[in-house]
Amino acid sequence: MRPILMKGHERPLTFLKYNREGDLLFSCAKDHTPTVWFADNGERLGTYRGHNGAVWCCDVSRDSKTLITGSADTTAKLWSVQNGTQLFTFNFDSPARSVDFSIGDKLAVITTDPFMELPSAIHVKRIARDPADQTGESVHILRGHQGRIARAVWGPLNTTVISAGEDAIIRVWDSETGKLLRESDKETGHKKAITSLAKSADGSHFVTGSQDKSAKLWDIRTLTLIKTYATERPVNAVTMSPLLDHVVLGGGQDASAVTMTDHRAGKFEAKFFDKILQEEIGGVKGHFGPINALAFNPDGKSFSSGGEDGYVRLHHFDPDYFNIKI
Amino acid sequence: MAFDRNGLAAPPKPSKLRWGELDEDDGEDLDFLLPPRQVIGPDENGIKKVIEYKFNEDGNKVKITTTTRVRKLAKARLSKSAVERRNWAKFGDAVHEDVGARLTMVSTEEILLERPRAPGTKAEETKASGDSLAQLTKGGAVLMVCRTCGKKGDHWTSRCPYKDLAQPVETFVEKPATAEATTTKGAYVPPSMRAGAERTGTEMRRRNEENSVRVTNLSEDTREPDLLELFRTFGPVSRVYVAIDQKTGLSRGFGFVNFVNKEDAERAINKLNGYGYDNLILRVEWATPRAN
Repeated sequence: MRPILMKGHERPLTFLKYNREGDLLFSCAKDHTPTVWFADNGERLGTYRGHNGAVWCCDVSRDSKTLITGSADTTAKLWSVQNGTQLFTFNFDSPARSVDFSIGDKLAVITTDPFMELPSAIHVKRIARDPADQTGESVHILRGHQGRIARAVWGPLNTTVISAGEDAIIRVWDSETGKLLRESDKETGHKKAITSLAKSADGSHFVTGSQDKSAKLWDIRTLTLIKTYATERPVNAVTMSPLLDHVVLGGGQDASAVTMTDHRAGKFEAKFFDKILQEEIGGVKGHFGPINALAFNPDGKSFSSGGEDGYVRLHHFDPDYFNIKI
Repeated sequence: MAFDRNGLAAPPKPSKLRWGELDEDDGEDLDFLLPPRQVIGPDENGIKKVIEYKFNEDGNKVKITTTTRVRKLAKARLSKSAVERRNWAKFGDAVHEDVGARLTMVSTEEILLERPRAPGTKAEETKASGDSLAQLTKGGAVLMVCRTCGKKGDHWTSRCPYKDLAQPVETFVEKPATAEATTTKGAYVPPSMRAGAERTGTEMRRRNEENSVRVTNLSEDTREPDLLELFRTFGPVSRVYVAIDQKTGLSRGFGFVNFVNKEDAERAINKLNGYGYDNLILRVEWATPRAN
């Protein structure tokens, strides 16, 4: 396959997200302006100007009309997808790290980093149907994580919120009462900071990537460990194919060590693993730095990766990908 | 002026321009003065030419010719809302995108999903691909001895799970003693020459060029996957490249295949030189190293 290279960002990529139909690709980077691209040919549709710091995460509503972004300028913003106008700004006292719309787009979960004396927190916000009625009040504020929270997502039927971060523990919270329901086991869980979390297409399980050079697959309801995928480098990004039983891991050595070695030695590939057999299927090379973000098109026929090198690489699979056998 | 326009039933487009007006609206949009945009093609090769005219900063008329190749995308079912989004107007920084910005490019290199081993083989049978050091140990009684942790028959050094715990093995990384002396002076030392740096880069490159095979007299529609299919049977292939004509998109009739192992490359040359492929007789030989 010949990947499409998109050079719209001047700083490292942080997050990638496809909309439900898979025709738009949203990219976030440390350069303050989230960008939307056409996911088939990589043409740039527009940028969302207004943030004043690195943008860490985004999510798009099911109808592809509203975009939410979380940024290091201590705000999360709602945008109109079509023309890039700001609809609302949530203000916090510390940088916003992760954002996620609930099923039905009536709620959103936003996490904030620890800052000065403040601990990290998970905020649950109500999203109004009409942006004019939108308020900044939190329904719940969940505290308990040590260090940064890398990602928080909604569980099945919006009854739970699943969060993971620097303290290497995955937590499940009740979204109604705000109580902590479950924590991942220290024995089976990750040994170092969790960097990424991605749900499966049907929302029944999720995969986490960690600095301890592994990725783990968990049941979303019971939080039991199902599979472990071991690699030889820290995992920065994870995603799952909605079509085949494949898990993709992205990572690489630390940015400080990159110039010390040949780029082929950096292990900057996106690694494909068989979800069930836990065996490596193959790697896709190309980035000149660690991979920070990965996303699968909802049709499962293409995926994109965003790297520390500022490039988004959009890969449309060759036909022989779909009948790979181990 | 406004009165004039309102009072008279003015024609929708003033075909003649009064020079007096031109001076007044200096800096206004004069784009209607330019010849219309012209689109030629796409021809049978999919090459489309767009000729546009615009004013540059000095007010001179500039002709811009953009040549693009149009390719048909694979058939895909699109939802109604996705089709509608396709026609959305650009916004933000994308509005002022220059023709020459080239934000989106198609990679010139064919990227493959690189398998960790040939399909059909088990993990235990994996060849010590290209690792000459590993091949030296092959003759011994124990096939695999890990140089990092000393375990026998469990894993290769490169796959050692304790790699990060162990100290780097001194015998395999020859550190130049002089490098440490020069760094204190403050003179620049490239990272690859610094003490403790892995010096794999140049070695890898040399090895890659050594096992490079040139294939000539390929038919016009041979592509990289075809070539890979043909050469994969001889052993693990690290790179396949077919020279492609920028204009027509067809193969120029030659390409390169890099093997991980030299023996595989040798066997491929012996077998495939003079082999009939797509009604042409292939010529397969060692690629001459680039002179630099």
